[in-house]
Amino acid sequence: MIFATVGTQLPFDRLLGALDSWAGGQHRTSVFAQTGRSGVDFHNLECTPFMAPSMFRDAVERARVIVGHAGMGTILTAAELGKPVIIMPRRAAFGEHRNDHQLATASEMRKLPNVLVAEDETQLSEALGLAMSETSGHGGCISPYASPDLLSAVSDFIRGGHVE
Amino acid sequence: MTGLSHVSPPRVLAISSGGGHWVQLLRLAPAFEGAEVHYACTDADAAGDVSAAPFFSYPDANKSQPIKLALTAIRIACIIVRVRPDVIVSTGAAGGGLAVMMGRWLGIRSLFVDSIANAKELSVSAKLALRAADAVFTQWPKVAAQTPAVFRGSVL
Repeated sequence: MIFATVGTQLPFDRLLGALDSWAGGQHRTSVFAQTGRSGVDFHNLECTPFMAPSMFRDAVERARVIVGHAGMGTILTAAELGKPVIIMPRRAAFGEHRNDHQLATASEMRKLPNVLVAEDETQLSEALGLAMSETSGHGGCISPYASPDLLSAVSDFIRGGHVE
Repeated sequence: MTGLSHVSPPRVLAISSGGGHWVQLLRLAPAFEGAEVHYACTDADAAGDVSAAPFFSYPDANKSQPIKLALTAIRIACIIVRVRPDVIVSTGAAGGGLAVMMGRWLGIRSLFVDSIANAKELSVSAKLALRAADAVFTQWPKVAAQTPAVFRGSVL
């Protein structure tokens, strides 16, 4: 199963449409998609608009490959569960977000071993082919917690420590 | 001050929007050990992630929705009055910025950790928090170099 997710704030039909086209050419791959406020019918995707965090995590756990916008909830959850994730950054020019910060997120997060970035429909199809043919590991799981230096800085702050 | 006085654990309000902000807030959980943590999130279903702790939800809003933002502010004010935290910790977004501002007016110490998504510049909420929070962390050294926010590590 492929799990696709576009978050809850804004629709992202460019990604879902591309995935729908790709899924139409497949025979044995099912795609479950959390679509947000999309008004489009995707014939080759099984869709739900929103999911509780626990359901979201379950879907990531069950999926072979995750496809999503370049949102940190998607990227971090996939990394925590050691799943390959293909991210397509939302573009302000297409009305997909208020700004282009997802481009910066994607260009930094592609350094993670489980992350592939697709800028458009063609790259998405290529990345799906690559991710679905992968049979070995993909870098394993990350720790469920923040870096030790951030944890100790937050802990120090809570205990009244002064931050320079 | 006597050396024998009992020190109660600090009461923390950990507050963020749903989705990636909430995932990042949960990744800070070990830093809350020994504190009395109360969580707040825009997503009521997030309660299931922190079942052992007190949980509140508040409506989502952003700066382009003034009426919703006002309702969000009222709800967050109610949460702060209920919890009476010693410290507010937020990973964003708008609601976290509002909580930090209210904390300032009420004399509550606050820490705003900007999302790791903001790899090039601070978010709008973090810029707001710079005027009110006791500390604003960015998760990127290069953003820290260009802004008053400080780098103290990241959620990764």
